[in-house]
Order: sequence, then structure tokens, then C-alpha cells
Amino acid sequence: MSRQANRGTESKKMSSELFTLTYGALVTQLCKDYENDEDVNKQLDKMGYNIGVRLIEDFLARSNVGRCHDFRETADVIAKVAFKMYLGITPSITNWSPAGDEFSLILENNPLVDFVELPDNHSSLIYSNLLCGVLRGALEMMAVEAKFVQDTLKGDGVTEIRMRFIRRIEDNLPAGEE
Amino acid sequence: MADAALFEFLHTEMVAELWAHDPDPSPGGQKMSLSVLEGMGFRVGQALGERLPRETLAFREELDVLKFLCKDLWVAVFQKQIDSLRTNHQGTYVLQDNSFPLLVRMASGLQYLEEAPKFLAFTCGLLRGTLSTLGIKSLVTASVAALPACKFQVVIQKA
Repeated sequence: MSRQANRGTESKKMSSELFTLTYGALVTQLCKDYENDEDVNKQLDKMGYNIGVRLIEDFLARSNVGRCHDFRETADVIAKVAFKMYLGITPSITNWSPAGDEFSLILENNPLVDFVELPDNHSSLIYSNLLCGVLRGALEMMAVEAKFVQDTLKGDGVTEIRMRFIRRIEDNLPAGEE
Repeated sequence: MADAALFEFLHTEMVAELWAHDPDPSPGGQKMSLSVLEGMGFRVGQALGERLPRETLAFREELDVLKFLCKDLWVAVFQKQIDSLRTNHQGTYVLQDNSFPLLVRMASGLQYLEEAPKFLAFTCGLLRGTLSTLGIKSLVTASVAALPACKFQVVIQKA
């Protein structure tokens, strides 16, 4: 088998694991830097938020998604376009609240946790909390809450993120755009 | 499969976080943060190397390993190859990237030159880590003359 034929697959394989491995190294480092899991969770959320506010621009530039008219549309775009584009998975959307302001994203497989096991002394760690921050940051134009309610790392069958719409932030519209 | 942009976003945020967290602005403190980033890159590089199939690891010579880094590793991480590889054939290699993706967004020329090392530390570790899994001990440093071009210097350590 020629080396040329192998080349592409090696790069692809390394590429697909790069983010997961880097994320793992980050969480490990944060666990060393901060004394307790709660602080690590907060830091992951904050970093995720900072990433989210930049990611949304990348997303809007690369996808042809227009303005979402309601939270349901937002949910669809998040699950079917954004997650697919960035993580290669399509979570399902379930458990809408009667008021239509809360829903769950169900991830059968969470790519961030490949090869990861939580040690016993980190039972409060929300390993993938960066994701919640990214969602909040990307949806900066409206205030949302995102949190993990199920986590395969903690023994649950699936990973579930609960998203809650709080309010739309109107003052971000540029002047004259009323 | 995670999109390449995610790594870049994460890396930028990691640099910002590790810098903000370190309250010691002295050169000693700076060095600490750089070595933390380098250490993280090292672990990732090791892990990447460990996942390669056996056939890949059967390099005939040291230069083949470096070429692998310049092509396959660089494409995997940065979606491009290293622009030039030079060596003195005595264990020192210089990898030049004229448009290093982690610097490209920052600026061109001499602005932010001081900040550049923070954005190179992780990658230095990545190179060192991958080399380590491939059985090669090395010291990797980076230098920037003008953004976004940079050079990575790999010095092979003899046992």
C-alpha cells in the first residue's frame, strides 16, 4: 500500500481528535489550577461564552441561515445546522415546555467525552460545560440559560442539555435599525 | 468529527485564560504560563502520535519524521502544510510557516510581536509531543520576525 494513499486518512483521523484531545488537556489543567469542581465548571462556562460570541459570527458567515423568528426555529438551527457543522452530530430536540420557552437537546454521543472517564474525586465536575457557555454566548442576542441535566460521563444513558429562553435583548440593534 | 474552527477558537480562549489567570506579570510568571501551554500541547501531541497506525510509525529516517510533521500533522491541525523545512543534517530542523493560522487573525507585521509567543507555545509542545511518541526526544522553540510568519526550531536531543 503506497504511503500516498494513507496520508489523507491519517490527517483526517488526527484532525477529528484534535479538538477532543485539546479540550481534555484544558479540563485537566483547569482541575489543577482551581481547587474545586464548581470553579472549574464556572471557568469552562465563561470560556465557552467567550468562544460562543465569536463562533456565532463564524456560523452566520458559513451557513445560509436567516433570522430566526421564534425559539423553535432557533432550536432547529442549533441542533440541525450548528451542531452538525461544528461537532458532526445532530442532537434531537425534545421536552418542549408548554410555553415554548424551554427545550432539551439530547446527544446520544458526546464527542467531547471520547476516551474520558471522570475520576471519583471530581464527581461535581461538569466536564462538557464549555458547551453550555458556547450556547449562551452564541445566543447573546437573547438571554438564554443552558445546563446539563443528564451526562453519559456520570452514568446516564444520554447527554441532555436543557435550554431556557429568558428574554430577547433589544438594545443590541444598531442605531437607526428600529 | 469536530470542525477545524473549533480548535482555533478553543486555542485562542486557552491563551487568554491562562494569561488572565496568572497574576504574575514578571518574566518569571510569563514563562510559567508559556510552559503550561507548552505542556498541554505536549500531551495532545503525544496522544495524537499514539493513535497513529503501526505502519505510519515505521519511518526510515529522522528526516522522514520531520516531513511527516510538516505535511500530515500540519494539515491535520492547520489545514495547510509547513512552507519550508531546513536542516543542518546534524539534528536541527527549522520549520517555517509563512502564514501561521493561529497568528493570522492577529495582525500583520510588527504589531503584537510581543504577544506572539503565547500563540506558539501550544504548537511547540504539540511538535515535541508527537516526536516523543515517535521515539524522538527534542527541544522545540518558536520565533516570529513579522506576523503571521513564524519559525519552529526542532533540536533533536541525543540520548
